[in-house]
Amino acid sequence: MLFVLALSAYVTGFFGYLGYLIFHQEIYHKVGHYFFVLGLGIQTFVLLSSFMVSGVMPVENLRETLCFTAWAIALIYVGFNLRFRLMVLGAFVAPLVCGIMIASSLFSGSSAVSPDLLKGVWTFVHITAIFLGDGAFILAACVGIIYLMQERAIKKKQHGFIYHRLPSLEVLDKMGYACVAFGFPMLTFGMIAGFIYAQSVWGKWWSWDPKELWSVVTWLFYAALLHERLTVGWRGKRAAVMAIIGLAVVLITFGVNFFLLGHHTQFTKF
Amino acid sequence: MDIVLVGLNHKTAPVDVRECFAFDSLEADAGLKELSRIPELTEAVLISTCNRVEVAAACQDPDQGVAAIKDFFSRTKSMPLENFEQNLFVYKGDEAVQHVFRVASSLDSMVLGEPQILGQMKESYRLATQAKTTGAVLNRLMHRCFMTAKRVRKETGIGDHAVSISYAAVELARKIFGELTDKKVLLIGAGEMAELAVEHLLNHRAAGVFVANRTFERAVALAERFRGTPIRLEEVEEHLKIADIIISSTGAPGYVLEKKDVKKVLRARKNRPLFFIDIAVPRDIDPAINNLSNNFVYDIDDLQGVIDRNIDERQKEAIRAERIVDENVIKYRTWLEGLDIVPTIVSLQKKLEAIRQAEMAKTLAHVTGLDENGKEAIDRLTQSIINKVMHDPIQFLKAGGHREKQKKEVLGFTRDIFNLNNSENGDEISPDEE
Repeated sequence: MLFVLALSAYVTGFFGYLGYLIFHQEIYHKVGHYFFVLGLGIQTFVLLSSFMVSGVMPVENLRETLCFTAWAIALIYVGFNLRFRLMVLGAFVAPLVCGIMIASSLFSGSSAVSPDLLKGVWTFVHITAIFLGDGAFILAACVGIIYLMQERAIKKKQHGFIYHRLPSLEVLDKMGYACVAFGFPMLTFGMIAGFIYAQSVWGKWWSWDPKELWSVVTWLFYAALLHERLTVGWRGKRAAVMAIIGLAVVLITFGVNFFLLGHHTQFTKF
Repeated sequence: MDIVLVGLNHKTAPVDVRECFAFDSLEADAGLKELSRIPELTEAVLISTCNRVEVAAACQDPDQGVAAIKDFFSRTKSMPLENFEQNLFVYKGDEAVQHVFRVASSLDSMVLGEPQILGQMKESYRLATQAKTTGAVLNRLMHRCFMTAKRVRKETGIGDHAVSISYAAVELARKIFGELTDKKVLLIGAGEMAELAVEHLLNHRAAGVFVANRTFERAVALAERFRGTPIRLEEVEEHLKIADIIISSTGAPGYVLEKKDVKKVLRARKNRPLFFIDIAVPRDIDPAINNLSNNFVYDIDDLQGVIDRNIDERQKEAIRAERIVDENVIKYRTWLEGLDIVPTIVSLQKKLEAIRQAEMAKTLAHVTGLDENGKEAIDRLTQSIINKVMHDPIQFLKAGGHREKQKKEVLGFTRDIFNLNNSENGDEISPDEE
């Protein structure tokens, strides 16, 4: 019930953002944003209350995992937009959040995991940090797409619908960077928490699990991206393209257990 | 009472005629004094800008009013009427009101949507009120036209997007860099458009200017004007490392900057974006630079293309603006028609009668033990109080002022103190509100 409520608030928010994009009247954005934040509030309440009751992180199956992903993206978006105020971004992020929410409802909610596996402070840190980090990377990719659209409009000298509505390249570039700069330490932190947790449960830090491997690939990718930006100046178009490729790596890491088994498999089972 | 307007503008008169007719503020003051002495005109406003000279006036007989204004132009500018009559346009009644609203909303301007005209209209009105040539009719007309213009600016995109080359360059720079506060400008060469663009960029708080010129003396002089740094032409490449916006306007036959020159500095710049504005013909900046990542080149044709599209946009917005103007013309006409003795007395009587009825109903609801006779007596009593109170004001209104202008003043004042405009028409706004 609350899920439907949260989803409808997100969808209403999306239409508000879309209205802003088309009609360019601030009121649409304002109303849309109220609804979106309302949706986030409801979902936060749902997640928090179920966690408080059971003490289990709500990632027991693909359905819950997707919901949690949508929540992380929404939270990161609302948080980052407090500072950057990119009014058009909502029209790109909200459909993503809505889509993931709807997709999640297609899968059954039966659980294959022993709940004890998802208890404890290290799991909490591991899962929360990694999902928030991934949320930030997804947002960076969204911003990257907008950057490429705007860059193309300026380069090709076609100043139409898109050009007038999208913000300056500089702001987009800065926001994309801020997302990656936030996501990377989150990922690092989450992975460390995961190693510690693995040591405490299975008695070994590292077990050549496909998800572990791909997490390291993701980590290396974003480490390289940040390093190159700070030293050589990978910014602008290249940074935007890399942020989008980064999203693909994140998605592979997320979905690797669909093809390869490992001890993360249960969480994406349906 | 009618409103007439006679004048000329950039569409009807060539510049040599317009400059003969322009009034500076001193002449305008004398002109207004002269207008106030013309018996056919009860009120007048004189609008004079570089693109137009117009007199809007309230008068009893529109034909006489128009003739009087034509005569006024001919006398004050000592020019026989037949020399310029073909340049004049004449509007009467609603058309005159519409014209004033359109001018203030910048729908009649040479550059559609330019913002200065509203300020110029306000100045004209200020001079007129100083010279005491306006009354109830034109006061309201002017206040209404300011309101209309503000609504047009707020509700339509008529003032959006640049329509001059130099301003289009600034808008583009802001789309690339966002805030310009830490961005440096490099001006190569000189020229009116380029210098204007630099000025606009500095107005948007660009951090500083380097000026390069073939003759160093010229660079020094220009740099002084912009409080920038003069550099030699050979130093341009080196300064590509620190400048962000390059405006080029030289007479050089070939490219001043080539792709390889820019490629060399990309690493030192850490790929921070560079924006090249090439105003020169033949071009100064190699267009291939546009293909480099994070480098943007706009030449004069590109900028012209941008403003052509923006002008199209403004024209589309103008259609919506015209609708707002027409709406306000109708509102003004309704008000003007009400500004007569009979409608004023009628609405005054209506208002007082409404108050009487409401108060009677309220009182009778509380009083018990009153028979029909008693009720009738109260009814008669309240009615006769109102009639007695109304008697003198109505006599005064009927007698009217001594002159037409005073009469309007009295009627306008009466409507204001009894709040007759608001009670009849919910969205009317008192004339003092801008």
